[in-house]
Amino acid sequence: MTSADFRILLPEILLSGYAMAALMAAVYTTRDKLAATLVWATAGLFVALALYIGVAGTGERTVFDGLFVDDPFARFAKVTILVSAAAVLVMSQDYMSRRELLRFEYPVLVTLAVVGMMVMVSSADLITLYMGLELQSLSLYVVAAMRRDSARSSEAGLKYFVLGALSSGLLLYGASLVYGYAGTTQFAGILSTVKDGVPLGLLFGLVFMLSGLAFKVSAAPFHMWTPDVYEGSPTPVTAFFATAPKVAAMALIARLAQDAFGGIPGQWGQVLAALAVVSMFLGAVAAIGQRDIKRLMAYSSIAHMGYALIGLSVGTAYGVQATLIYMAIYVTMNVGTFAFILSMERDGRPVSDIAGLNQFAKKEPLKALAMLVLLFSLAGVPPMVGFFGKFYVLKAAVDAGWVWLAVAGAIASVIGAFYYLRLVYFMYFGAEQDPVDSRMAPVQWTMLVAVAAIMVLGVVNLFGIEGPAALAAQALVR
Amino acid sequence: MENQLLSIITFLPLVAALILALFMRGDDAAARQGAKWLALFTTSATFLISLFVLFRFDPSNTGFQFVEERQWILGLTYKMGVDGISILFVMLTTFLMPITIWSCWNVEHRVKEYMIAFLVLETLMLGVFMALDLVLFYLFFEAGLIPMFLIIGIWGGKDRIYAAFKFFLYTFLGSVLMLVAMIAMYLDAGTTDIAKLLTHNFGSETFSLFGIHVVGGMQTLLFLAFFASFAVKMPMWPVHTWLPDAHVQAPTAGSVVLAAILLKMGGYGFLRFSLPMFPVGSDVMTPLVLWMSAIAIVYTSLVALAQTDMKKLIAYSSVAHMGYVTMGIFAANQQGVDGAIFQMLSHGFISGALFLCVGVIYDRMHTREIDAYGGLVNRMPAYALVFMFFTMANVGLPGTSGFVGEFLTLMGIFQVNTWVAAVATTGVILSAAYALWLYRRVVFGDLIKEALKSITDMDRREKAIFAPLIAMTLILGVYPSLVTDIIGPSVAALVSDYHAALPADPAALAMH
Repeated sequence: MTSADFRILLPEILLSGYAMAALMAAVYTTRDKLAATLVWATAGLFVALALYIGVAGTGERTVFDGLFVDDPFARFAKVTILVSAAAVLVMSQDYMSRRELLRFEYPVLVTLAVVGMMVMVSSADLITLYMGLELQSLSLYVVAAMRRDSARSSEAGLKYFVLGALSSGLLLYGASLVYGYAGTTQFAGILSTVKDGVPLGLLFGLVFMLSGLAFKVSAAPFHMWTPDVYEGSPTPVTAFFATAPKVAAMALIARLAQDAFGGIPGQWGQVLAALAVVSMFLGAVAAIGQRDIKRLMAYSSIAHMGYALIGLSVGTAYGVQATLIYMAIYVTMNVGTFAFILSMERDGRPVSDIAGLNQFAKKEPLKALAMLVLLFSLAGVPPMVGFFGKFYVLKAAVDAGWVWLAVAGAIASVIGAFYYLRLVYFMYFGAEQDPVDSRMAPVQWTMLVAVAAIMVLGVVNLFGIEGPAALAAQALVR
Repeated sequence: MENQLLSIITFLPLVAALILALFMRGDDAAARQGAKWLALFTTSATFLISLFVLFRFDPSNTGFQFVEERQWILGLTYKMGVDGISILFVMLTTFLMPITIWSCWNVEHRVKEYMIAFLVLETLMLGVFMALDLVLFYLFFEAGLIPMFLIIGIWGGKDRIYAAFKFFLYTFLGSVLMLVAMIAMYLDAGTTDIAKLLTHNFGSETFSLFGIHVVGGMQTLLFLAFFASFAVKMPMWPVHTWLPDAHVQAPTAGSVVLAAILLKMGGYGFLRFSLPMFPVGSDVMTPLVLWMSAIAIVYTSLVALAQTDMKKLIAYSSVAHMGYVTMGIFAANQQGVDGAIFQMLSHGFISGALFLCVGVIYDRMHTREIDAYGGLVNRMPAYALVFMFFTMANVGLPGTSGFVGEFLTLMGIFQVNTWVAAVATTGVILSAAYALWLYRRVVFGDLIKEALKSITDMDRREKAIFAPLIAMTLILGVYPSLVTDIIGPSVAALVSDYHAALPADPAALAMH
């Protein structure tokens, strides 16, 4: 272990130290009064670290005896995670302050979860993988139950905890099998083992691990917790669940599949493809009947995870690149959409029934227009950026010869378009009734409008995201 | 400047829409008037610039002209250009848009947004006809759904929601299949440049898929995927059912754009993609398409006879007329394809005008029920004249452009398949039946309905709107060379390339 090793780990160490310091500072001074400041400080730190990682990071290094890896792939994922977490934090401050939900634990726990995610995407060993995953999950369980006096929120936290623990168990069981048959926990070691043939036990381990991770990305059929947790958690927390953790878990699947089992894409490709198809269709079909916009977004995220998995299942560098771009676009869209959902209220109480959107366009034309752009983007209608995300993964699938997967994705996107359109329908042509209030803090308003603008302007060159994504994918897939 | 003309034409309306969206405030009468004038001015300017392009266009050159090319994301290119096939569709669009805008002069509900929707729609429609990159084409093709969805959904009639959804989902399903096919084409040819794809030979060896022998191989599959999109857009029987719903519920101007321009995208797609890129696939599927067209002509004409709603009747008549178009295209000879393009242009003027005719009396009576009218000639002589003119043009009276289109397509198909020609010709009689019967019920007879006794004739604005449409219908009717001289060389090249690409011995294809 050298100082160079620690320098690679600097962002994670810095964030952990910051979390502890913030916790102490808040406990021993003004407690919750400090929370708003902490939220902004945390977000600022996230953005600064994202800049640092994005600009200063170069090359590819494995440190701590092959436990932790820093490569363009990890950096791409980390930047996405940090930026989206920062965006969600600043968006939620106003909402939580007004409802007296803003406790100082919130930014601290989010910070710890983010550290967990950063470890996940950089893991090069089963132990690191599990440590990162658990740090993330344990922080998220608590955040889900943030609203202590609400039965819904506590229920969401508990449900998330029980099912999350089950998935961690599955993952751990799989990891133990992999270790047993490969004789090592290091990804590089596993990779060289499977090159000489795959023992059946190792395959079992692989499938168990993928199932556990599928829980984390809420891919069907491991999605059952998602709608309940999305609905029950306070909206800012839901926004957080829908963004950064999804990126981290998706990146982790890519990491595991390529780094540890890269030699046998035939074994996990089918599994991921099956998850992708089931998720896309379940997400699209089950969302149709939803009346609650948070539940609807839960199913929407299930469907989106299906598309992202398409890119991974084909096992090519281009596929990974497609998934990375898809995830970046997905979190951006979700940040904008949740900025809007956060603002939905009536007489100061949050509303999540979609009927409340009736005739919203009459009252707030600009916000409705921004939302319209976002919804069409989520549905994947060109020229919005969301279309390019879908186009990328479908292209990757056809490219690798998985035409049936691309066709399935195309069909599911039509079914999915229906419920996004239904929201547009409520906003623009709904029955005459009093629409919800939309009291927006300047931050939320900026997020919503900026994201909508990104969705339209991205058609020019996708803001140059292709280059870094291609670099990241090539670093991962060899 | 020369090679950016097409981009200027395409994006000028979008710029105007942005100006409206960002700088126009307020909803008083002055602001509404301002929005309408700006839209009218922009669409007219677009038309003038496109006229300039038409004069500079060289019909004898069958390649693409005014080409503009730039790098874009995903290794795609932004490439625009026109050839003999597309230039007149561009003209049709730019010609009809000012008329459309002018026709909604008395809309008072969310005027600014209405104008924005039409301006954005114009940009997207023009983009479809000019795009020379597959994905760029798809982008314009699909994005056009959004403004049309909103136009039907916000400004439409009573059941607008159902119609808007049906319109969107039907067309969206067709086009995503096309997207998958486009990706497959890209992988096969290594480019999304339409000009290069036109010269690429897609595989046509028969292979078997899930135990089914696919005659024509990859070309047939690609053809079917594109067919799913274009057939819905055209629309062809039996996937035409969204059209009557959409038409009935759309506001007048929406109906005009839908019938006159949006439907032509399907026909244009067949000419730009299906026929030249998948000749073998087209050849394999031709009998199916021809019979679908023939059925469309007869069946929808019969359905039109039974309608009680004027707009629905005209919508079904549109489906029937589009049947001639697909028939002409897949006859794949000079007369057939010439006729198909001619029929599309002519239908653009005639059906647009017919929907405007319905709009005139709908504005006054707020009903489209045929039974609510009768004897209009007593109070509206000018209207009766205009409506008569376009009814006759719709029937295909010699001297109007409707006749030329129908005659050429029938002549084309007769050389290929006499049975289809025979069935399709009965459509000419049926169209006379429903169109004249509609006219009799609405215009002739005694004016006995109480509500109609105070109805007023067309005002000066309404007459002025019809004037250019009447002029075009007549000019093309008596001097069709105006069109065929421009499209002729490109069509000739298309047809000869098509036949050259087919295997000399059709039986050899099945043997592979």
